[in-house]
Amino acid sequence: MGLRGEAAILGFYELPPERKLAREKTFNLEQWARLSKAALDDAGLDATDVNGIVTPLIGEASMFVPSTITEYLGIDANFAEIVDLGGAGSAAAVWRAAAAVELGLCDAVLVTFPGTHEVPTHERRPFVMEDSMYFGASSNQYGSPQAEFEIPYANLGQNGPYGQIAKRYGYEFGYDELAMAKIAVDQRTNACATPGAVFHGKPITAQDVLDSPMVADPLHMLEIVMPCQGGAAVVIGNKDMAAKSKNRPVWIKGFGERVPYKTPTYAKDLMYSPMVHAADQAFSMAGISRDDVDMVSIYDCYSITVLMSLEDAGFTEKGKGMQFVNEHDLTFRGDFPMNTAGGQLSFGQAGIAGGMHHVIDGARQIMGRAGEAQVADCNRAFVTGNGGIMSEQTALIFEGE
Amino acid sequence: MSTTYTPPVFTQPLPVPTPLTQPFWDALAEHKVRIQYSPSLGEYIFYPRPLAPRTLADDLQWREISGAGTLYTYTITTRPVSPHFAAAGPMVLAVVQWDEGPKFSTELVNVPFEDVKIGMRVKPVFCDYPEAGVTMLRYEAEA
Repeated sequence: MGLRGEAAILGFYELPPERKLAREKTFNLEQWARLSKAALDDAGLDATDVNGIVTPLIGEASMFVPSTITEYLGIDANFAEIVDLGGAGSAAAVWRAAAAVELGLCDAVLVTFPGTHEVPTHERRPFVMEDSMYFGASSNQYGSPQAEFEIPYANLGQNGPYGQIAKRYGYEFGYDELAMAKIAVDQRTNACATPGAVFHGKPITAQDVLDSPMVADPLHMLEIVMPCQGGAAVVIGNKDMAAKSKNRPVWIKGFGERVPYKTPTYAKDLMYSPMVHAADQAFSMAGISRDDVDMVSIYDCYSITVLMSLEDAGFTEKGKGMQFVNEHDLTFRGDFPMNTAGGQLSFGQAGIAGGMHHVIDGARQIMGRAGEAQVADCNRAFVTGNGGIMSEQTALIFEGE
Repeated sequence: MSTTYTPPVFTQPLPVPTPLTQPFWDALAEHKVRIQYSPSLGEYIFYPRPLAPRTLADDLQWREISGAGTLYTYTITTRPVSPHFAAAGPMVLAVVQWDEGPKFSTELVNVPFEDVKIGMRVKPVFCDYPEAGVTMLRYEAEA
């Protein structure tokens, strides 16, 4: 069951994130075009090779998004897909693209995630901060369970519910805030070896993390991603495209995905995330074990997401994640290289493109293009995506030849 | 014609019942808690639905429950989650597990932050909003 591993990431492009946009404002559609061109140039492929696209939601359309994009870029697509899985969307888009390639639908597929939400405005088209925008990923529309049973109790956005997950974790398994801080510290070390990371050149200590403001007890500010402006794209192709590409192909060998709920209040057991299933399926499909992986790139909107993903993906036992973090060096030069470009915590979270950071982190390492942060002899990567409040999760396994 | 800019007023959003969920809200108005039960599942469920989750069994019944439960988890919002809640100050965002099983997203009130403990017994606080025609269900420590 599953992928045969005959589709590969052949090129990528990731904008350096900016906390305040210094680049020119462009629409998501313009970003889609330019990010895609950059990824194709990186791969050494031609735009005319492309006959598939996968996109997230974009600012300029709420319906007919894929066809709007194929028209804008002039692509006769055999496969045009929109993925609405939040931070899991990038990883989810990658396996969908790989599946389209393996089914023979496409030679090359663009997976492009515009991540700059500051777009041009006009006096007749001003930016209006609608009431609903303050509710983050929760829908306040009439009839929405979130509008009726969550938003009125301030159960909205991300900080609160992630704080609730961390609190419950501490209750069931104990809580070592130094271990949680170490996740942020090790990733910062990686960011300091990654030019373009928003916190490049700014090392931190565990004490810095614990001294940063408490945002949602027990989570401190430095355990929470910094929203940024950016964007990223990858191009995924078949064996013929791989032969044409100038990069080492990053074959997509396995994936898993699970989407059981929107709001973690309704999780059957909050301490076991959908990653349990997603990772098992991915490893089973790829036919490799956890020990075969040379690096991991774990979606890190919050420190607690990393901790529980490491456990639920099977790199350590449930309840032993904090011990695992303390016992391993998570930096690019360590014994368990994780989020080697800084992760979103230290590279910056470019909106919906945040998940692409992990896809590209894995691909960059296997291509051997991570520069100072390169993991020696890196041939296999485990990559995760996480959407909502640990409610939509995807796992990928990449392998170099 | 001139237009004037009216800054938004951020009042706390209140629930708006739907035809399907009305029995839950009618019970809260009477300061009772009534949720759905599926005999074929043998489980209470929340929030209200037309069919039982998982099985889609068409056998949901409304049943009154005590409303008592335990605190499953919480966080204290040292920063407001949105401007609508800025005036409220730090809040205890809580998940309460009813004794009958389902979990309920709510706010814990009347408890000093330092006394909030996961696993503590909690009881309903019915908060009437006559102008909106709804009653909200918050929780406090059981005496």
